[in-house]
Amino acid sequence: MIGLLAHNALLVSLIAVAFGALITPVAVRSGRREWLQLTYGSVYANFLLVSIATAAMIVALVTHDFSVSYVAAVGSRSTPLLFTVISLWGALEGSILFWAWVLALYAAAVVYLHHRRPGNLVPYAAMTLLFVAAFFAVLLVGPADPFRPVSPVPLDGPGPNTLLQNHILMAVHPPLLYLGYVGMSVPFAFAIGAILGDEAPSNEWTRLSRRWMLASWGFLGAAIIAGMWWSYEVLGWGGYWAWDPVENASFLPWLTATAYLHSVMVQERRDMLRLWTLNLCVATFVLTILGTFLTRSGILSSVHAFTTGAIGYYFLAFIAIVLVVTLVLVAGNSERVRTKGSLGGAASRETVFLLNNLFLTAVMLTVLVGTLYPLIAEAMRGVKVSVGEPFFNRMAVPAMVALIFLMGVGPALPWGSCTWAEARRRLFPPAIGAAILGAIAVLSGARTISVILAFALVGYAATGNLREYWIGMRARRRAHGESWVTALVRLTGGNRRRYGGYVAHIGVLFVALGVTASSAFRSEREATLVPGGSLTVAGQTVRLKSVWGREEPQRSVIGATLDVLGKDGAVIGTIAPRMNYYRVSDQPVPTPDVRSGLRGDLYVNLMAFDANGANATVKVIVEPLVPWIWFGGFVIVAGAVIGLFHRGPRGTAPELATESAPAPDPALAPAAP
Amino acid sequence: MNWRRATIAMLAAVPLIALFAFGFTRNPSEIPSPLPGRDAPAWALTVFAPGEPPLARPVGDTLRLHDLLGKVVVLNFWASWCLACRDEHVPLSETARQYADRPAQFIGVLYNDRPAAGTRWIADMGGQSYPSVVDPGARTAIDYGLYGVPETFIVDTKGRIAYKHLGPISERVLRQWIDSLLPRAAGGDTPRRDSVR
Repeated sequence: MIGLLAHNALLVSLIAVAFGALITPVAVRSGRREWLQLTYGSVYANFLLVSIATAAMIVALVTHDFSVSYVAAVGSRSTPLLFTVISLWGALEGSILFWAWVLALYAAAVVYLHHRRPGNLVPYAAMTLLFVAAFFAVLLVGPADPFRPVSPVPLDGPGPNTLLQNHILMAVHPPLLYLGYVGMSVPFAFAIGAILGDEAPSNEWTRLSRRWMLASWGFLGAAIIAGMWWSYEVLGWGGYWAWDPVENASFLPWLTATAYLHSVMVQERRDMLRLWTLNLCVATFVLTILGTFLTRSGILSSVHAFTTGAIGYYFLAFIAIVLVVTLVLVAGNSERVRTKGSLGGAASRETVFLLNNLFLTAVMLTVLVGTLYPLIAEAMRGVKVSVGEPFFNRMAVPAMVALIFLMGVGPALPWGSCTWAEARRRLFPPAIGAAILGAIAVLSGARTISVILAFALVGYAATGNLREYWIGMRARRRAHGESWVTALVRLTGGNRRRYGGYVAHIGVLFVALGVTASSAFRSEREATLVPGGSLTVAGQTVRLKSVWGREEPQRSVIGATLDVLGKDGAVIGTIAPRMNYYRVSDQPVPTPDVRSGLRGDLYVNLMAFDANGANATVKVIVEPLVPWIWFGGFVIVAGAVIGLFHRGPRGTAPELATESAPAPDPALAPAAP
Repeated sequence: MNWRRATIAMLAAVPLIALFAFGFTRNPSEIPSPLPGRDAPAWALTVFAPGEPPLARPVGDTLRLHDLLGKVVVLNFWASWCLACRDEHVPLSETARQYADRPAQFIGVLYNDRPAAGTRWIADMGGQSYPSVVDPGARTAIDYGLYGVPETFIVDTKGRIAYKHLGPISERVLRQWIDSLLPRAAGGDTPRRDSVR
């Protein structure tokens, strides 16, 4: 019953979005702008209808309505309520429904916020979003229909994939990912709207799109970090990133979006790179669809891959249409979009941004080729190969290290140009930070050049970004006699885009430091312990206390409790890794336990146990600075949020003013408005 | 609109789309395995579910691979908690019955499960025509390099693994392999490879 209602809602939404998309060019070309109300109306109608369907799914899941095919596939009476609700995005059909809902939400928000804007950009952007929505609606009434009736109705279902009901981050990572992924449709829609609405040759459209890109970028970055965290907490191998095709698929659009956020500044400041920025915008969207295709078509082998079906062919058709249409539109209009501006001087911020874009694109292409290479090799040579960590570490990491260095150089250099002497004066102080962090690395036992270099460059970039804050705050204190805190708040508030960017940089540096330290200084040991037996790894000692078992409605739990011993042998805490045996699965789900501190994690995983509790085999990993990665994720998000609340008339930032009319320096402005 | 540029750009998309289309013809989870063609690891396992006449074996009886030389052996690993095992239950039981008068032996191996649960499952599923055995400590499963259940191994009359099937097996696949391995079909040039459903 509820399934039929939801299915019909989706069917009507398909008709609505198709109608709304098709009426738009008619309305614009015939000059009947009042007809655009139909376009916008269909955007709102789509949001309403998909919301009804999504709500119906949640109700069906919570009430265990196994007559709905998706509930029969992922529901179970013994699954806790939270995991029942979030199984909405745990399998293929539900995730497509959730995707469609997020897209409908974004489209409604775009229309609500921008529909009064004159010109044809917003109508065409709405049309683009409606076309994308139409694709997902087709999936939802066709191959990925989550509301198919099941007969006879089963009494119970298998429950969600066990890996997905084992950790709370499963409630966090997928929604963030969808908000990021789907959000990137909005800048894409603005790019297409700009071309079709004949506004691409101006810089106006990026003023609309960049905030949406920044928001999506923040969501996607947070999602990637949350995914790493989930992997670390659940999978039991003590790692957080494996260059798996699906991980790469989330990383690729993040790279191009990062490049976009930088190139758009050059476009606005120097009237350069407009075509390039447009390309980045389009590429980011295409990469999100590509990522979704790779996850859901089953053409690459991955731990994340969803079960497959006919849906892959629909995605292929959609990618083909998106690629062809956007390539034709962008290439066909490239001469008109191209900008005439030029670089000020070699030692300038825009030069650094150019290099930044070059390296980000290089990393993106490397990861893309590495991800698709198994497919290419099989097509060309008929052999099965897998591309693993060594390739990515060797090919992509050097460029990423270079990007960290640039992160310190960019903020220090002015727009336009400066003399080499001036550049030297600005670039030297951060070297002190590089020396300090490099020395810390050596004292911590780093002996390889690459690790010491990575630490030093993080130190360089961190000092470079913090110094910008310090200079600004010092200037405000001198000019207005403000306290340090007031100066910090007003400085940031005066140019949130710029200082939000620096905050995001600091976040990325925390992540870089955590990744470098935990890869370089990780130590692990595995041993079988009898109760009372202990194991020491990198100065940290654990002692087995007991092996225990517990029955829960949906699973059996076997755990080992270990005491964590301090330097003096006193017990300073306990740690209890477990193995969860879900009723529906053949494989136990390891549940490592992690004890976090400022200096790093003590990570203990239960590998095996004696049925009588006589012993337990545990793997103990000491992972320096891993919590810094998660903390860095929060800092990145904070940076994005600061940047999002940038003020200015209709998104016009003070820094948008050209060189000839310098913007008021927030460091000297009297007070934040 | 510059159509010449547009066309060139459009053509650039063709190889990528062709590559993805090619991807559909491949199965990334098809993993080469060294097992087919090798001697099947030996085992001696105890019957816990007798099966039905004429294929029944008494509970407590020990079945040995060694004693089954000369027969085609279908070794099916299953468990009561395994959902996909339900899908292949009828094809397996039916095919076993059809080959009752031929030198073919179907054996179910209970994997990571309690015999009581297995017996109850067989009753719920409406019976199983052939006997099932217990595999203490999953030793045989380890010998056969089991990924998960269901997994089916078809052993030829000389005790070599002819075929390994991951996931639920169908009657068509069973018939095709048993027919090709039974003495009457002397062809023997069957493809040796693994397959996933």
